[in-house]
Amino acid sequence: MENAGAVALAALAVGGIIAFVVITGFAYSTLLERKVLARMQVRVGPNRAGYIPIPRRGKDDLRLLGGVMQPLADAVKLFMKEDFTPPYVDTWVYNIAPIITVFPAVFSLAVIPWAPLPQWLADMTPHYLAPHGYLAIAPGLNVALLFILAITSIEVYGVVLAGWSSNSKYAVLGAIRSTAQMISYELSLGLTLLIPVMIAGSLNLNDIVVSQQQNGWFIMLQPIAGILFFVGALAELQRAPFDLLEAEQELSSGYNVEYAGMRFAMFMMAEYVKMIIFSAMWAVLFLGGYAGPLVSQFPMLGAVYMILKIVAGLFLMIWIRASWPRLRYDQLMDFGWKFMLPISVLNVIVTGVMIVLAEEGVFDGMLGWFGLLGG
Amino acid sequence: MLGYISELIKGMAITMRHMITPPVTIQYPEIKRPVRYRFKGRHELKRYDNGLEKCIGCALCAAACPADAIFVEASENTDDVRFSPGERYASTYEINMLRCIFCGYCEDACPTEAIVLEDKYELAFYDRASAIYTKDMLIVDVPINGQQTPQVVEPGVFTKSIPIMEDPK
Repeated sequence: MENAGAVALAALAVGGIIAFVVITGFAYSTLLERKVLARMQVRVGPNRAGYIPIPRRGKDDLRLLGGVMQPLADAVKLFMKEDFTPPYVDTWVYNIAPIITVFPAVFSLAVIPWAPLPQWLADMTPHYLAPHGYLAIAPGLNVALLFILAITSIEVYGVVLAGWSSNSKYAVLGAIRSTAQMISYELSLGLTLLIPVMIAGSLNLNDIVVSQQQNGWFIMLQPIAGILFFVGALAELQRAPFDLLEAEQELSSGYNVEYAGMRFAMFMMAEYVKMIIFSAMWAVLFLGGYAGPLVSQFPMLGAVYMILKIVAGLFLMIWIRASWPRLRYDQLMDFGWKFMLPISVLNVIVTGVMIVLAEEGVFDGMLGWFGLLGG
Repeated sequence: MLGYISELIKGMAITMRHMITPPVTIQYPEIKRPVRYRFKGRHELKRYDNGLEKCIGCALCAAACPADAIFVEASENTDDVRFSPGERYASTYEINMLRCIFCGYCEDACPTEAIVLEDKYELAFYDRASAIYTKDMLIVDVPINGQQTPQVVEPGVFTKSIPIMEDPK
């Protein structure tokens, strides 16, 4: 590869920009969550940090966009905190656990397709993005979905290590719950992910997006799979109503009780970046990815649609958190093993049979969904 | 199962409905809600319309105080140096706001209705010494037609500590 250096440089630039955008997005998704939760509880939410004063005659200034600088204020606060390590922790593991948690979350950004490739970007990166035709940090990866599943599963090690090394019963209990939950729901999540793969015939996320442009959004074709994926994602993310891991009443906060300052912020960051990743995956797999009106003329509009779909997914997660009570532990296990898993397995089998039948031409005379399925 | 799902959707509809209702938050330091009629806030020492202090330094409030928060020291009035009607006035009047439990017994004990728990409630201090409110801080301003105390008055007018109240409440 004579162009390896140029490719690496371009990948670094693209990756840097996307990671920067998403990490800023992480900061603002915390603000979104606080604001939306507040409004759903008929409160105002953070509105002090960084408003834009608009002078008005005879009255006090109108305060526009109250709270826009709240994430920055939070970050500054967390940086300023004492970097406290409790006694009797396993120091090395204790220090490495937040890093193990946060890095996989950021890694999985690599394969998300953000937009079709605009011409100017293709000209700039002839050996990097141009051969693949879409904008992602690692566009060539043909097992992108597998990569995301593998990498997000690593995160649970960070959680377990954090719980174990903290030398606290609450942390250990939180970590144990987290592991059990992840194992239970990863099965049905993985099976649900198979459905778009089966219909599109590829593990590459861009191929799945392109396939949705021909077949219609997969949430229309496979509403059950779409919903199951979202529920499984909530469980994977330890979000309400599956947030047993950090049940405040019982565990005071779960695996991260003994953490403070920037290390605690890294756990939070992992959580929110994973939220963004799963929203992005939901958008890519079921909501048509970067597809939308006028994308073929202005490819970068795809990124805007992608971000809108991610925000919609985040909003849905926050909305659910504001509405639903937490599941009990046995209910969680029952739901995962006795409900989610059988339905996912059945769904995979039925979809597989339908695809084979469509390929054999059984539905050729019929209009409707299944005719579309064969592609 | 369908029952569960409809309940879940009902819950989400409720939160969405709350989201579009305007927040009930009062932006506190800028906007202050008026307190209730019977609110028990910080004490004030009242004056008569002519500016004389109602407090006669009897220390019944200090005796009634269950938290022992009030300290009163009385001195003699003369017609040349008159603070309050009658023989004596409170030369020192201190309330320790860290001790006060705002029960209002001092109000009940007061024979001249001099001490009243009013509507001020922002009682925060940087040190314990500033938690002690002295007479200067507690006493209200002189009414418009009144005179500042101490007053020089005609002899033989203000002989009663507890004047006949015109409309006793």
